Amino acid sequence: MMSQDFRWPVAALFCAATSVASAAPQPVPDTLTQRLLACATCHARVDARGNPVNDSFYPRIGGKPAGYLYHQLRNFQDGRRHYPVMTYLTEHLPDAYLREIAAHFAAQVPTVLPPTPMNLSPAQRERGRQLVHEGDRGRAIPACIACHGARLTGAQPAIPGLLGLPRDYVNAQFGAWRNGVRRAHAPDCMGQVAARLSPDDVAAVSGWLAAQPMPSDPRPADAVARPLPIACGSAP
Amino acid sequence: MMKTVRIVLLAAVAVVGGAILLAWPRADFVPASSPAAWAATPANIARGAYLARAGDCIACHTARGGVAYAGGRALDTPFGRFYGPNLTPDRATGIGAWSADDFWNALHNGIAPNGRLLYPAFPYTNYTKVTRADADALYAYFRSLPPQRQANRPHAIRFPYDQQALLAGWRLLYFRPAEYTPQPARSASWNRGAYLVEGLGHCSACHSTRNSLGAADGALAGGMIPTLGWYAPSLTANREAGLGDWSDAHIVALLGTGISPRGAATGPMAEVVARSLQYLTPDDLGAMAGYLKSLAATSAGAQPASAAAPAAEQVLAEGGRIYAAQCAACHGDDGKGRMPAYPPLAGNRAVTLTPAVNAIRMTVNGGFPPGTRGNPRPYGMPPFGHELDDAEVAAVLTWIRASWGNAGAPVTATEVNRYRAVSLD
Repeated sequence: MMSQDFRWPVAALFCAATSVASAAPQPVPDTLTQRLLACATCHARVDARGNPVNDSFYPRIGGKPAGYLYHQLRNFQDGRRHYPVMTYLTEHLPDAYLREIAAHFAAQVPTVLPPTPMNLSPAQRERGRQLVHEGDRGRAIPACIACHGARLTGAQPAIPGLLGLPRDYVNAQFGAWRNGVRRAHAPDCMGQVAARLSPDDVAAVSGWLAAQPMPSDPRPADAVARPLPIACGSAP
Repeated sequence: MMKTVRIVLLAAVAVVGGAILLAWPRADFVPASSPAAWAATPANIARGAYLARAGDCIACHTARGGVAYAGGRALDTPFGRFYGPNLTPDRATGIGAWSADDFWNALHNGIAPNGRLLYPAFPYTNYTKVTRADADALYAYFRSLPPQRQANRPHAIRFPYDQQALLAGWRLLYFRPAEYTPQPARSASWNRGAYLVEGLGHCSACHSTRNSLGAADGALAGGMIPTLGWYAPSLTANREAGLGDWSDAHIVALLGTGISPRGAATGPMAEVVARSLQYLTPDDLGAMAGYLKSLAATSAGAQPASAAAPAAEQVLAEGGRIYAAQCAACHGDDGKGRMPAYPPLAGNRAVTLTPAVNAIRMTVNGGFPPGTRGNPRPYGMPPFGHELDDAEVAAVLTWIRASWGNAGAPVTATEVNRYRAVSLD
């Protein structure tokens, strides 16, 4: 390539420009927190009193495993997940920056969010508990805890936790897997699981999960027992 | 009587047909200097790779998440949806069976190897200016890629635009094959800039007004990009809307890094910088800036409507409150921004232009400038679409467009609503 090695005198340019302008009050902090305000505005929202908001459209990403977050950024960038604003925001960010962004949010401690009341019938409640803890052998559905950890807080480096997620967000993800608008690196384990769950099963699982209190240490486990019960391209 | 009518009709058809044949944009053939011009040598391939970046070929010829240059990206136009074809050297689905002359014929004349006329969604109206030597280097580069078997998706073009005869008529009106002719009175740098801007760079594809038949006027005076919902501003010397008061260094910084003290590349321009312009040498970017600066100002295109009715006091007060609460922390009370992180809003044409579509979409969706070698970790702007309703976005933009010497027309909630709905995909 004939254009590989040259350095842009950008810093010098801006220094010159700001000294002329001289109205810039103080330098902008050179921190990822400052650079990534565009992420925090949705994924780390607080209400007027400063309490964390747990919105069904914008899951909180602080403390999720870095591998999981990085994969999702790439999935939006490469069209395996469909959410236009996320694709738009990530589209022209270099891979090294995406990894930095993932590591930045992964280093945070997850917010402990209150559970939502269980509004399931006793039968649904039992079905939800069963799928989460035991799975359904007859339909080759592994238990959630087999991959997402006994405490359901996920596992390093790439398996996300399942507690603290809004029920509607979980429902929407299962719908997206079934409709092929949320995909992952092959083999797409969650796509396969979603295809085996009935809509009633999805409602039972999402309602049961949303009603569980988060443990006092909400961080992902260091590891999960291998081999996983189902092959996952994004958690090999 | 009937016989006379028939003769007159036949004569008319013959005259019209003859005129069309005479004026037909004939294929313009320039031979390769020698087979060495497109031989698979490291030098040819490297030069071709650079030129492919200058042409941003990858943008239309690569699907999201797909193999580079294997085609499949959809390009929506008012005439239907086009899919960029496979440029890898696979013999069955790519250009593996093409000769260097075939490649030249497509680039220069807009004609496929089987004789079909190509649609100008492939900007051969610009690429025709590319020299045969550069076309041969591009050919050498594409031939060097790993062949990828990926069938081309057929275009989905509405009747009657899918008719070759109609396309022939379009070419008659709007296309003449011709390599770039250097202007001896101008410097080598100016000519290089003109060659890149008018040719491979195909800047006029977005930065010009298109007529109802989709032909760009080539004046670089700015225009709304059909279907994408972004306004590509004027690149002429127009002071308010164009590059008239930009320094060459600021233009080069914007093209090469995505940010400049005058503003940041957003929307489709972020993609152009990320995939194409950041890889060009400072000399080439300087040449492009110099050429653009030499373009005469035009009165065409968007203008700040300083004559527009002023906004209501109430709207301005509301806009000022929103600005203080949501915007001032980054862009400053004085609207001067804090570069290199946050662009100025005072005197920023992306903010003051009419139509206000770019300012509306930036406010609603936020965004990052492209991550480039010169700015690999850009600062982002949060989306405000979920914080502010249409009337609030309209109020804050109306206030910004009337502050610090800005003279942009008020923005209405209806406009905000219209552009909020445009897909980002």
